[in-house]
Amino acid sequence: MIWNESKECMSRDEMNHLQSTRLVKQVKNIYHSVESYRKKMQAIGLEPGDIRGIEDLEKLPFTTKDDLRDNYPCGLFAVPRSEIVRIHASSGTTGKATVVGYTRRDIENWEECVARILTMANIGSSDTVQVSYGYGLFTGGLGAHYGAEFLGATVVPLSTGNTKKQLTMMRDLGVTAICCTPSYLMYLAEAIEEQGILNDLVLKSAICGAEPWTENMRREIERRLHIEAHDIYGLSEVMGPGVAGDCQYHTGLHINEDHFLAEIVSAETLKPIPDGETGELVFTTLTKEALPLIRYRTKDLTSITHEKCECGRTTARLSRFKGRSDDMLIIRGVNVFPSQVEAALLDVSEVSPNYLMIVDRVDNLDTLEVQVEVDERFFSDEIKELENLTKKITHVLQQALLIVPKVKLVEPRTLQRSEGKAVRVIDKRKLI
Amino acid sequence: MRMNQISVFIENKEGNLLTVSKILKDNNIDIRTLSLADTSEYGMLRMIVSDEELAKKVLKEAGFPVSITPVIAVRTNNKVGFMHDLLAKIPAEIANIEYMYTLPSDEGSVLILKVANPDKVEAALGQ
Ligand SMILES: [Zn+2]
Repeated sequence: MIWNESKECMSRDEMNHLQSTRLVKQVKNIYHSVESYRKKMQAIGLEPGDIRGIEDLEKLPFTTKDDLRDNYPCGLFAVPRSEIVRIHASSGTTGKATVVGYTRRDIENWEECVARILTMANIGSSDTVQVSYGYGLFTGGLGAHYGAEFLGATVVPLSTGNTKKQLTMMRDLGVTAICCTPSYLMYLAEAIEEQGILNDLVLKSAICGAEPWTENMRREIERRLHIEAHDIYGLSEVMGPGVAGDCQYHTGLHINEDHFLAEIVSAETLKPIPDGETGELVFTTLTKEALPLIRYRTKDLTSITHEKCECGRTTARLSRFKGRSDDMLIIRGVNVFPSQVEAALLDVSEVSPNYLMIVDRVDNLDTLEVQVEVDERFFSDEIKELENLTKKITHVLQQALLIVPKVKLVEPRTLQRSEGKAVRVIDKRKLI
Repeated sequence: MRMNQISVFIENKEGNLLTVSKILKDNNIDIRTLSLADTSEYGMLRMIVSDEELAKKVLKEAGFPVSITPVIAVRTNNKVGFMHDLLAKIPAEIANIEYMYTLPSDEGSVLILKVANPDKVEAALGQ
């Protein structure tokens, strides 16, 4: 089934026309209501009138996460605060959060986008959807929740954690679909096998996102749980989950193109590159009111195709993500930058700011180990003191990263110096 | 009697202990006794050596975090109840013993004690 045929099955010409109309309007709106973007345009002598359609997109300056940080918290909002009905936030590169806002219309569009993707996963109003993404500032929980409710499904808002309750509800309420991170679903699959309750479940589909995963992992989930697993993509700056998702053919993620104009640019030259070639994904939000973004660089690497899909949808599709063009890590669905670890360690005088992050996936859950060099000047020969130090570092990092790392003290000078390019991260998850 | 103990932080990885013992051997430093306290991640090698200042210097140069800690040494009399009689002499408020181990010698063994307040403990023991 297709949720909104009039939008998802438009001809290319119709879509180009719709996107052009919306882009022209959006550029005018931003120029007049967002000072920092207006200045960017003025700096290169660009006026709203110069943008007459999507063919002029390339003329527009990019927006980056730094712009959001520099205008923290709400400097890029295009509407008065009275029109904002919701705030979400994600972690930024230096520990300062990236704050995003939504008007009522934005929330409605978000619901619509998520509903389309749930429909791609064969979920309808008679389904019971368990939302096991975190609820709160993270867009995952509430984003999936509102979309599923909009669709008319029965929503079970479990958020993350408490595996036992997750499984009890799943079984007792006859949950037919689950929204969560792929690694959490793998973890639940194991618990289901352990308890031997697979045959008591009526689960048929899963919509997984917020984390990079592979085609193999998708098949593994499907095999173990006897369900069909779908990919959902989104980022809070642009909206949240629901920007794109894959249909039953699993040949790429359909973008909700009437709301989000996607470009793939070369990560080096930032020039647009042809369909099929891998580059950085850039989004222009065509309908966002609270936080409209022009040419927002996602730093996600992927390719795009505009060919019509077997499912009947004509919307452009993104291939599976191939990594990032920056050093951001996604650990248990949380964005983590090495610079956050560095900044946090500066607050702990007993250790040197030399560190190494080791990311791994153990029993299908992401793990983060942070190795820190003991500073000789503060070295104590009492194990108790070293244990207290480990606890202190763990606490400081937990505050900064919002996930609990395993801290390991190591001898001084065993980690690489920052002269040259120090290796700060070892990612053993082998996802791609 | 007061003695200087040398403590070395070593990570639990292959060959690390061997590196320490080789450095000491190459510098002709005699290990008179040692105790190795360990956690799953790292170990704390505490030693009484023939020349702790030299040991500190050479181990530091090799990159090991090293510290010299004053400890109390008490000769034992190899009699039943010695340990209890000794500990009973230390008033409760200063009896915070961080760790202890023994040092063998020709005239019987010596108990090595690390306490938070060595002066007071020594006074209480009448040493
Ligand atoms: Zn399709």
